[in-house]
Amino acid sequence: MSAPQSGERRPATPSLALAALRPRSHGRRKALDAFIKGFAYVAATVGIAVMLLIVYEVVRRGAATIDWGFFTELPPVVGEEGGGLGNALLGTLVITAVAAALALPVGFLGGVWLAEFGRNGRIATGVRMVANVNMGIPSIVVGVFIFALLVKPLQHYSGVAGSIALAFIMLPVMARTTEDMLNLVPNELRESALAMGVPRWRVTLGVIIRAARSGLITGAVLATVRVAGETAPLLFTALSSPYWLNSLFGPEGFFGGPTANLTKTVYDFSGMPYARMQELAWGGALVIIAAVLGLNVLMRLVFQRGKEW
Amino acid sequence: MVGTKVRERPDTGQDVLVAPPTEVAAARATGDDDFEALESIISARHLDFFYGKEQALFDNNLEIKKNRVTAVIGPSGCGKSTHIRTYNRIYELYRDHKATGEVIFDGRNVLAPGTDLLDLRRRMGMIFQKPSPFPMTVFDNVAYGLRQHYRLSRSELADRVEDALKRSALWDEVKHKLGEPGVALSGGQQQRLCIARCIATEPDVVLMDEPASAIDPVATSKIEELMESLKENYTIVIVTHNMQQAARVSDYTAFFYEGHIVEFGPTTQIFSNPQQKQTEDYITGRFS
Ligand SMILES: Nc1ncnc2c1ncn2[C@@H]1O[C@H](COP(=O)(O)OP(=O)(O)O)[C@@H](O)[C@H]1O
Ligand SMILES: [Mg+2]
Repeated sequence: MSAPQSGERRPATPSLALAALRPRSHGRRKALDAFIKGFAYVAATVGIAVMLLIVYEVVRRGAATIDWGFFTELPPVVGEEGGGLGNALLGTLVITAVAAALALPVGFLGGVWLAEFGRNGRIATGVRMVANVNMGIPSIVVGVFIFALLVKPLQHYSGVAGSIALAFIMLPVMARTTEDMLNLVPNELRESALAMGVPRWRVTLGVIIRAARSGLITGAVLATVRVAGETAPLLFTALSSPYWLNSLFGPEGFFGGPTANLTKTVYDFSGMPYARMQELAWGGALVIIAAVLGLNVLMRLVFQRGKEW
Repeated sequence: MVGTKVRERPDTGQDVLVAPPTEVAAARATGDDDFEALESIISARHLDFFYGKEQALFDNNLEIKKNRVTAVIGPSGCGKSTHIRTYNRIYELYRDHKATGEVIFDGRNVLAPGTDLLDLRRRMGMIFQKPSPFPMTVFDNVAYGLRQHYRLSRSELADRVEDALKRSALWDEVKHKLGEPGVALSGGQQQRLCIARCIATEPDVVLMDEPASAIDPVATSKIEELMESLKENYTIVIVTHNMQQAARVSDYTAFFYEGHIVEFGPTTQIFSNPQQKQTEDYITGRFS
């Protein structure tokens, strides 16, 4: 803005003799618009179609297998009929729950620190970069890493090694999601709360996190669901087991030995030349897909109302 | 400019718009203040402000008088917000924002290290341009500062909340909605909720940064009426770029231009007989 000159006003009409404005031809722009729109529709349709095809195929092949016994029984001995994936379901629940318990609180606090306290400082920038790099590491590499770190030295596979591998994957996801969600909270809200004479940590807890709560809960659930469907990190850690997870320690215990889980079991059974095993694999795939889709949809429905600040 | 009349400028012979004396006089219960004799509750001295390397305020000197309304006017971007945001040091939320000089509040330089920011901000409330109810109920919004700063029983708290809402002219509209989220109120109601939240803790000073610029005219007039009643108990500093509003509600007016305080004086004088040409140009609507 420049200081106004005394007695000088902007002339109402331009002083230069300007040529009349000529409208531009719209034909080309309309054609380009139509082309891009068409391309977007085709791409979207292909994407949705592929997903629907997968869901359709999994439901078609898996639905018949799902009965009460599927959730409660052990897999049959090779070549036999009946049985279920009860042990794998339980194992996945426990492995994922422990992973979530390890990663979510730490990831959440890390995200809060990044968004509210570290911000653009040097340490925060470094932490953010490490988190971004970690999110880009292929999950099988994480599995091998935990194998080298835990499984090899301890001389046995274990459920907890699987949990740690999954937690390793969840941690940066949760931290970055938390940071992103808190960054969506407008600074006006921070300023108004701080202007009340309330310390920063209380503002963060009572106002900022609360304002972002639906996004934070959604982020946590989706991070958990995502790793629940991971196979690669479990290949070298939890491995698999035909038995129930019936103790914490001991050869088939969560800390002591290979632990059954859905994804690895689906992976194993799908490659077996026995019809019943393949049926169970389809059933397991269906349960995983249904859980992932179901929770995604549920989160959208519950927190649809969105803005709370 | 609506509600103003025209007079002729002696030097250039141009028409000049001035706020009508009646309107100004009506708002000026304290028109014959003796400025020097009044107690200053805030004094800015040689205040400079920097956004990183960019300087936004230059040697600001200003006296805010106790139990008076001081308006801060000037074109947008001239540093009005920047200036009042130094009073409660809210600018410190951002790393590279720096103030130098002095802001004396109650005998102490608040810019000095060691200032108790929580106490400073309890005593100096702030209302922002955009209403910002907290993500909680109407009741909890008003109770927020009370709970932070005072030990109150349940019924004392309820009484205080009710009183603050009444003084903010909001009680009748929300008395049956105390348990609803603050964000469910209309924009004008939200701003009065923020005022209630602010005055509930009984600050000495209320800083208002364009409190009425994001809400409708009806809500604006409610907030102006509110200021009229608030000034008996509080010292108010209001940033506005609505000059009728400044003329209506304030006792003293400071005119800012490009980070400098160009002119400061009784509102009547600023609007009827400005001493500086830039002030005159601004209040006559020659630039904004
Ligand atoms: N966060 C910021 N970072 C950098 N410059 C800023 C920031 N906020 C305001 N400024 C600059 O400081 C000057 C004063 O701004 P401000 O105090 O907001 O003006 P006003 O409230 O009078 O409209 C302006 O030139 C503006 O561009
Ligand atoms: Mg401003």
